[in-house]
Amino acid sequence: MYRRISIQSADFSLDQTLDRLKQHSGSPGGVCFFVGTVRDTNLDEQVSGLFLEHYPGMTEAQLARILDAAEQRWPLAGAEVVHRIGALQPGDNIVLVAVAAAHRGEAFQACEMIMDYLKTQATFWKKEQAASGDRWLDARISDQTKLTDWDAGGVDF
Amino acid sequence: MKVLFFAGLRELMGESVIELDIDTSLTVAELKTLIRLPTGESLASWSQSQSLLAAVDQAMGSDATVVDPGAEVAFFPPVTGG
Repeated sequence: MYRRISIQSADFSLDQTLDRLKQHSGSPGGVCFFVGTVRDTNLDEQVSGLFLEHYPGMTEAQLARILDAAEQRWPLAGAEVVHRIGALQPGDNIVLVAVAAAHRGEAFQACEMIMDYLKTQATFWKKEQAASGDRWLDARISDQTKLTDWDAGGVDF
Repeated sequence: MKVLFFAGLRELMGESVIELDIDTSLTVAELKTLIRLPTGESLASWSQSQSLLAAVDQAMGSDATVVDPGAEVAFFPPVTGG
């Protein structure tokens, strides 16, 4: 399976990702994209910016493990995961997950699974600049619950 | 042994990395009793009221994970990327 993992401060291009996936995955049939962006409101407060920190080395290793698990579960042709770090503004792109497969079912499911694991296993932390001051965001219990569902569905991470 | 801290815990510790002079293997739980916050409280005590994750050699670990003297250990709050 073609794969590319990138942690970067620069923005990313969906067109370039699509071109690479088509080029390296051998005309896969379908590509599913998920893009996460910086929200402008959180916890009933206006958000003016976001800072993203990560654990260099481990983050890449965790993302590789997540792609390994997805590849074991579904027949995939290719996947790209791009995550931005540093200072971001509301509306900015944060994360891109793109999955190429022969049929849309696998592409949709693998894309969702990769995002669910990224949210709980990839070593990124968000600090939000809100009206009441800067705050590190707390993890959501609902994100953790989703992993149990995938685990029951045969994902081996 | 190199110990890294991230996000809110890094700010609380006032440092992103410390070097510990440890020459025997120990568990993550034991290591947490040896690390102290600037307040004097041990990381083990602090983590009873706060969510804390640990990684050993860049893989997720638990209190029972064994840490060798040359390992890289990291402590951090639950992750919030995506």
